[in-house]
Amino acid sequence: MRVFSALLLALALASPAAAQTVLIRDGHVVTNGAAGVIENGDVLIVNGRISAVGADIAAPRGARVVEAQGRWVTPGAFAAMSEVGLSEISGSGAPNDAAVSGELIAAAAEAGRAFNPGVTAVAVTRMEGVTRAAIAPAETASLFGGRGALVSLGGGPDGVFRQSAFMVVELGEVGASRTGGSRAAMWPAFEAALRDAREYPGRYRSGQGGAVLNEIDAAAVQPFARGQGMFLAHIESAADIRRLISFKRANPGLRFAIHGGAEAWQVADELARADIPVILDPLSNLPDRFERLSARVDNAVLLNRAGVHIAIAPMPGTVDAHQARLVLQLAGNAVANGLPWDVAFAAVSRGPAEIFGVGAQLGRLERNYLADVVIWDGDPLQVMSAPVAVFIDGVEEPLVSRQTRLRDRYNPLTHPRN
Amino acid sequence: MFSKFHTAVALAAGLALTACATAPEAEDAATPNPFASTYTPRPSIPTLIRGATVFDGNGAEFANADVLMQDGHIAAVGQNLTPPEGAAIIDDGGRFVTPGIIDVHSHLGVYPSPSIEATSDGNEATEPNTAEVWAEHSVWPQDPGFQRAVAGGITTLHILPGSANLFGGRGVTLRPVLGARTVQEMKFPGAPQSLKMACGENPARVYGERNSSPATGMGVVAGYRQAFADAARYRRQLENSENGEGDPPDRSLEMETLAGVLSGDILLQWHCYRADEMANAIEVSHEFGFHIAAFHHAVEAYKIPDLLQRENICAAMWADWWGFKIEAYDGIRENIPFVHQAGACAIVHSDSEVGIQRLNQEAAKALADGRRAGVEISRGQAWTWLSRNPARALHIDEETGTLDVGRRADVVVWSADPLSSYAVAERVYMDGALVFERGGLNERPSDFELGQTYREGAQ
Repeated sequence: MRVFSALLLALALASPAAAQTVLIRDGHVVTNGAAGVIENGDVLIVNGRISAVGADIAAPRGARVVEAQGRWVTPGAFAAMSEVGLSEISGSGAPNDAAVSGELIAAAAEAGRAFNPGVTAVAVTRMEGVTRAAIAPAETASLFGGRGALVSLGGGPDGVFRQSAFMVVELGEVGASRTGGSRAAMWPAFEAALRDAREYPGRYRSGQGGAVLNEIDAAAVQPFARGQGMFLAHIESAADIRRLISFKRANPGLRFAIHGGAEAWQVADELARADIPVILDPLSNLPDRFERLSARVDNAVLLNRAGVHIAIAPMPGTVDAHQARLVLQLAGNAVANGLPWDVAFAAVSRGPAEIFGVGAQLGRLERNYLADVVIWDGDPLQVMSAPVAVFIDGVEEPLVSRQTRLRDRYNPLTHPRN
Repeated sequence: MFSKFHTAVALAAGLALTACATAPEAEDAATPNPFASTYTPRPSIPTLIRGATVFDGNGAEFANADVLMQDGHIAAVGQNLTPPEGAAIIDDGGRFVTPGIIDVHSHLGVYPSPSIEATSDGNEATEPNTAEVWAEHSVWPQDPGFQRAVAGGITTLHILPGSANLFGGRGVTLRPVLGARTVQEMKFPGAPQSLKMACGENPARVYGERNSSPATGMGVVAGYRQAFADAARYRRQLENSENGEGDPPDRSLEMETLAGVLSGDILLQWHCYRADEMANAIEVSHEFGFHIAAFHHAVEAYKIPDLLQRENICAAMWADWWGFKIEAYDGIRENIPFVHQAGACAIVHSDSEVGIQRLNQEAAKALADGRRAGVEISRGQAWTWLSRNPARALHIDEETGTLDVGRRADVVVWSADPLSSYAVAERVYMDGALVFERGGLNERPSDFELGQTYREGAQ
């Protein structure tokens, strides 16, 4: 399974033919790596990858030179959780591939097989500097939310660069509601599901069947139940997080990350020791659910201080298909509440890449990294800033979307009505 | 601060008793002012804020200016003001001062935190016309969201019913009074109520699924027109009876609301996304002779800014929400600045317990995107979207929304340019009284949050 994944990744990450040699010159270069920020720095892109980063890089023959003129140059942002590409319009009874209902398929649902790089939200999102996203179904009828994928927002036919990158599992209020309304039933159900998955296909071929999972879902859960993939657990409350930590201690082979974690600050040290990363929402500061009674606006600050690996995304229940571009605003608000800038920016770029296992290819401006590079007209975490150039896999993307077409059609300055 | 707070509550309680003592007499005559406001400003001392960058809410920006608040009102804005005796002097340097933010579209209190079945109190979705219900009767003053809103610089907010119905009921303008025990203690004195109406998908979906009307856009408009036709007759009968011609009609709470719209006493706040549906709504207003204060969620306002300007209708908008349903499909980031450019009344609204905490950032996004599209907008002008224009749409612009001398001293001191992501509201004044101070001891969790694992400073 591992070999297969690695192979798939290698194929999917192959550079597109259109990539040119580009030298971005004289930027305020945020490398997200050991080199930190390089003033008057250059970034050389060759064949879709970063070839060099530093000062005074000579332009190779035939290279296109882009003068950054001191502007911010950063890795592309990585939306740590989104439904982008899973619907053109999410409501109104329009087709929405993020919503999986019925009993047949839950864990086996695979977001990457529904991803459509042509939906207009993809262009809307990338032109604001978000070049990659983790996507997953919004919900299913089961404890398991289905398999998530990692996608490029380049709009090309090979948008999915990692299928089955993680398995969403509901282990909080929502999970309880799927298992008879109680956490008392949820954990035994989760354990039984893992047993079903580990014993697939034997118990199904023998006619015994699964205790919890049908055969299709058991097959899908199996690699994760064997520790070959990561469970992304929707968990918010400190009590639930502690249960997850003890569960992980008892099952050291399993891999977990938390999405949500509103009360994670209360168990920050334990999370750091358990090495469980948290994808959190810096705007989650309301007791809007009982599992979020102690949500507080500086959750990210406290987790970071304790050494917990964090990434930033909208909290479960507010992830959507259209506004993944707002992750940079979320990170900016984390800064407003005390998170250091470099940690906040990493939480929407390098952090998600590392949590989802592609940290050696994405999230930094370093040699051999994929050339997702954005040049900004200001600090990317400031709401008033915007990209002036977006490169994905070394290809410059036009800053055009259906929205800019509408804007240009109705701009009162270019089309006065009177 | 703590003892002052108790004084205010005691004062407010006294007023509430007074209001009860003048309870209605006649059985069928409408009480002139049921559920009247018992809001009382907290005690304040004269306060001078020195050397700040000031957005006055009218579109101007002053560098290195002073703002003086006295007796709960704006006393002066200018250079080198002399503080009155005993004044508190705020001289932090590098701070920004603005009028408090006014959100014309909030469901705090009616859809409070925590959100569970029992607290989802904002849609009387039992029939398409529930003009008789009042949002204030669903407002839970202990919603923790009010405290978060104040921390985001909100000093006034308009609470509306939801959009399931053609006529959702009456909206109410509130002060986010922390510690209020009753909604009456939060009601903005003298502010008119509104009627919430809804266009489009929501009513047609809610009732169409029940196989009742309205199920279509046609049914939606027919529902509006029949109701206003009935209300016009009700109003005529009332007027005739006042002139000694015939009996008054039987009292109808539903008709009272609609007749209030026809007379202009109740403002119309209309949920409407699409340009063509806003145009239809305007036609209905012409047919029955009423004015629309604002279209809310007006995602396509940029397509008809000329029409909105001519009709003097405000557009309350998000900076960038789009795509979550088909009537929001044509959302663009330049909606607000394009409406502004046409000379129409542009408003930034939230419709969200999260968004209400940082409407300044939404204005900032709209400003920046407008500038990139070529619209010249100053920071000061962008602030009109957050305070003066919503005050106009709520008919409280003689009271608040700007730093004009004599206005209520609803003032926010920001740590930095409030159009920056990194700015936070450091101090919030309501009627000249300091009601929020970041990191201060006067943060007051709602009763709901008391004694939970909540910790000092969490918010």
